[in-house]
Amino acid sequence: MNKIISSIAICMLSITILSSCQQDKKLPFYGERHAETKRDTAGIEKIDTVYQTIPNWSFLNQDSVVTTNKSTDGKVYVADFFFTSCTTICPTMHRNLMTVYNEFKTNPDVMFVSHTIDFKYDRPYVLKKYAQKLGVDGPKWQFLYGSKDSVYTLAEKNYLVAVGEDSTAKDGYIHQGYLVLIDKDRRIRGAYDGTKEDQVEQLKKDIPVLLAEYKK
Amino acid sequence: MRKYIIHSIFLFSVIAIIVSCQNQETIDLQNYMSNGKDIYKAKCQNCHGENGEGLGQLAPPLTDSVFLIANKNRLACIIKNGVNETLVIHGKEYREKMPAFPELADIDVAQVMVYVTNSFGNKQGFVPYNQVSTQLQNCK
Ligand code: HEC
Repeated sequence: MNKIISSIAICMLSITILSSCQQDKKLPFYGERHAETKRDTAGIEKIDTVYQTIPNWSFLNQDSVVTTNKSTDGKVYVADFFFTSCTTICPTMHRNLMTVYNEFKTNPDVMFVSHTIDFKYDRPYVLKKYAQKLGVDGPKWQFLYGSKDSVYTLAEKNYLVAVGEDSTAKDGYIHQGYLVLIDKDRRIRGAYDGTKEDQVEQLKKDIPVLLAEYKK
Repeated sequence: MRKYIIHSIFLFSVIAIIVSCQNQETIDLQNYMSNGKDIYKAKCQNCHGENGEGLGQLAPPLTDSVFLIANKNRLACIIKNGVNETLVIHGKEYREKMPAFPELADIDVAQVMVYVTNSFGNKQGFVPYNQVSTQLQNCK
């Protein structure tokens, strides 16, 4: 009898511990990190971990308007790299990303940013046409055009997504289909394969978790 | 009496032949459907969707049976060589370009075509491979 009671007690205890852990769930940090020593207001030295952040950027959007990091500053956003004439993974990525967009459409703290890697053909008016045909209107999802150098560097160094020109590839470019989740402090908090439905579902669950970190 | 028996045997074998032919066709159809589905998933689903629903105005749905029946004889050519014209599907205009699939052999084209024309609410029935081959030789 005692045994039964104690095993029930242990079960209850572990359930409470597990569920309390879940409430405090934090998303991981990606990329490089280093320790920095800072003095707080009282002059006491403190060691802080500093994570990799997305630098300032400036591109033309689908309305040919100069758009900078100011539009995403203070927001949680999802970034990806694609091109409009891509016939392989991009349609799937954006079909899936559309479902995320629709879910967070009315949340002012969430944004979407798609960078084209086709600097030759994907001028802003091409991006505009693409966005409209995909079913996106308005500033919540930005489609950005920039020079090869600026976009490719941003992709590889900052968002950690591999992109490149490749004349042997079916459409002339190769790239990874990651949807990268960035927090309000420009740090990388997740990378989801946009061609895989289960990972996109995870992204939908992780965005509220990330938003909740800022509510405290 | 003899005549009667011979007649009924004859009749019986005719029926048997018809039945077994139909069975062969059902078996072929099942084969085409299952291989066609694999090809569809690998090559077509990204644009046309899991249920043939299409992708916004970027790729048309494959649920317009009227269009698919009217264009029955050029579907194989569309699938193999792609298409770049204005198509009206369910009353909406589509103008994006569909890529060619030179890597698909005639049998693959036949299978994925049979899959599309017998899924998503379509019911065109079986089209054998040699018929598709002939269509592919006469693409414009
Ligand atoms: C990159 C996207 C893309 C892929 C991949 C693709 N299609 Fe298409 N498909 C299109 C577009 C766009 C059109 C309309 C073309 C036009 O308007 O000229 C189209 C049109 C069609 C049509 C005729 C119109 C209709 O809706 O009935 C059929 C049939 C079709 N595709 C079947 C296929 C099959 C089968 C595959 C796979 C082997 C495939 N497509 C792969 C984009 C694609």
